Amino acid sequence: MQALEAIRMALQSIWAQKLKSGFSLIGVLIGVMFLIAVVSVVQGMNSYMEDRVANRLIGANTFQLRQRPSFSTGNITREEWLEWRRRPRITYSDADYVEERLEHPVLTAKFCQDRVSIGYEGRQARDIDLIGTEAEYFRIRDYEIARGRVFTPQELRAAAPVLVIGDLLAERLFEGQDPLGKMVTVGGLPYRVIGIVEKQGTMFGLSMDKFAIMPFTAHGRRLICPINVLDELIVKSEDVPTMLASLQQTEALMRGRRALKPQQPNNFHLQTAEEALAGWNRISGFLMNFLPVIVSISLVVGGMVIMNIMLMSVAERTREIGIRKSLGARRSDIMTQFIVESATLSTVGAIAGILCGFALAFVVDAVTPMPAAVAPWSIGLAVTLGIAVGMIAGVYPASRASKLDPIEALRAD
Amino acid sequence: MADLVISVRELTREYVMGSDLVRALRGVSLDIRRNEYVAIMGPSGSGKSTLMNLIGCLDTPTAGEYWLSGQEVSRMRDDALARVRNREIGFVFQTFNLLPRATALHNVELPLVYAGASSRDRRRQACEALERVGLGDRMEHRPNELSGGQRQRVAIARALVNRPALLLADEPTGNLDSTTSEEIMNVFRDLHDEGQTIVMVTHESDIAAQAQRVVVLKDGRVESDRLARNEAA
Repeated sequence: MQALEAIRMALQSIWAQKLKSGFSLIGVLIGVMFLIAVVSVVQGMNSYMEDRVANRLIGANTFQLRQRPSFSTGNITREEWLEWRRRPRITYSDADYVEERLEHPVLTAKFCQDRVSIGYEGRQARDIDLIGTEAEYFRIRDYEIARGRVFTPQELRAAAPVLVIGDLLAERLFEGQDPLGKMVTVGGLPYRVIGIVEKQGTMFGLSMDKFAIMPFTAHGRRLICPINVLDELIVKSEDVPTMLASLQQTEALMRGRRALKPQQPNNFHLQTAEEALAGWNRISGFLMNFLPVIVSISLVVGGMVIMNIMLMSVAERTREIGIRKSLGARRSDIMTQFIVESATLSTVGAIAGILCGFALAFVVDAVTPMPAAVAPWSIGLAVTLGIAVGMIAGVYPASRASKLDPIEALRAD
Repeated sequence: MADLVISVRELTREYVMGSDLVRALRGVSLDIRRNEYVAIMGPSGSGKSTLMNLIGCLDTPTAGEYWLSGQEVSRMRDDALARVRNREIGFVFQTFNLLPRATALHNVELPLVYAGASSRDRRRQACEALERVGLGDRMEHRPNELSGGQRQRVAIARALVNRPALLLADEPTGNLDSTTSEEIMNVFRDLHDEGQTIVMVTHESDIAAQAQRVVVLKDGRVESDRLARNEAA
């Protein structure tokens, strides 16, 4: 009946006593702020990890056949590490063997990589990812060619000394000149630049454009892999079921080829995007488990502060309560008034917390490489929690108010 | 009998103060008919405040009966009493008892809020009541922007807004200077002329003299109950 009235009055008294209200709301504000900020960062990281990290580093519906994992997820014992190093490496013929026998339509690319320096007219670009691969690699990674072209199967067969380079490398090395057709040196050998890949941007603040891609057959491969050995065979499928089927088939093929007995573990590794996410999932799981603890502590403290403020308010407004009772307010009317007031108070805190949480998430997004995205459900949850805390905190003060004797209440100053 | 607004029979109120039993009312009987204008007088400790609280349904008697507009209110519980206060009684207090942060209009609307009236009806009736006491141009003012006399008029408008059977005033001029007192007493007289039943508690005999009938309490009993001099003359 008079809920709107009570909300209006509560807002009035909050506004009339800004400083006191500000302090009383701080607990709820902090709780909600953390809720929003942490959920936003975790949410942002989730989509970032899935969308960019996993799909860029490995690719959607893609797996890699490797000697050992390239992502360390969690703690690895020395024994594990040594076992990984003892494994046989993936050879050209391993890759050919699997490629020839996979039943499902897939894109495959042999792949090896290391960091090298690349020179042009006395300038050196250091720490460049030199990748030896096949032409399918560009399709697997979804690389658009900004200028020039990728290498042809003929160039691959002929081990032609050609390079397709990343945007940042082009900028560093050529400083505004047109890189196409220019000769650069890789490990003392001349290579011709035939294409430039569209800018990829950054990940965690690191550029994704510091690379050069050559046919894996080219001579420069001795810089990045021993002869006849690959870092990995990349296999990309149309969809998840095809990928899983191919993954299983690859495992069976490799076990057969290496004559592993059923009780022997794999001495190779099949790496998927899921795995790249495992480490992050552990962190986000921890954050999401820890979050309710922080939030509930702040909300309990916030609720107690609000309860105290409301008790003070009831004491200060004893006469008002007496007046209202004399005019015909029932116990339930007084009860409603103070509970609504308390809920309004803490909802205002929650809304302020949501805004601060946005701001915090925005700051994290802007100054750290961690991205943030606000989750709509967290806003709903925050408002619900705000209202609930206020209502619970308001029950005791409101019931005290409703039980005041009208005659005595009217006598109060 | 249908004419009776208030019918009090052998009303007794005792309470414990410390270790003493205080017998504030020791059997008061009183009938007040519609459109009567009654002043209740008596020295402090005579029980007039206790009687006023009982008549105002703010308190319940230890023994005896109290009928208000044909309902026995002496046996009612909290919420029923709140309803009676809301519908049947309009209070005017010595200290005005307006909500300081609310406008005159909002103060007058309050009883209607608790009566469950729609906001449109509330506004209309509150405006009417304020106009009736001559404050049609002060509706959006807060109590601290009004003079004492104006505040008491707001309180009277608030008391009248639910069209109560009884207007109950407790020392209504106690905080006002003599000119303003006279002004307020004129408002009461006009209301009485329009048919309003009024019960007024006061210790000032010149104020009481403006009523039709004066009931004097002493030691918790009715000492005298007679027509006022000017009325008798």
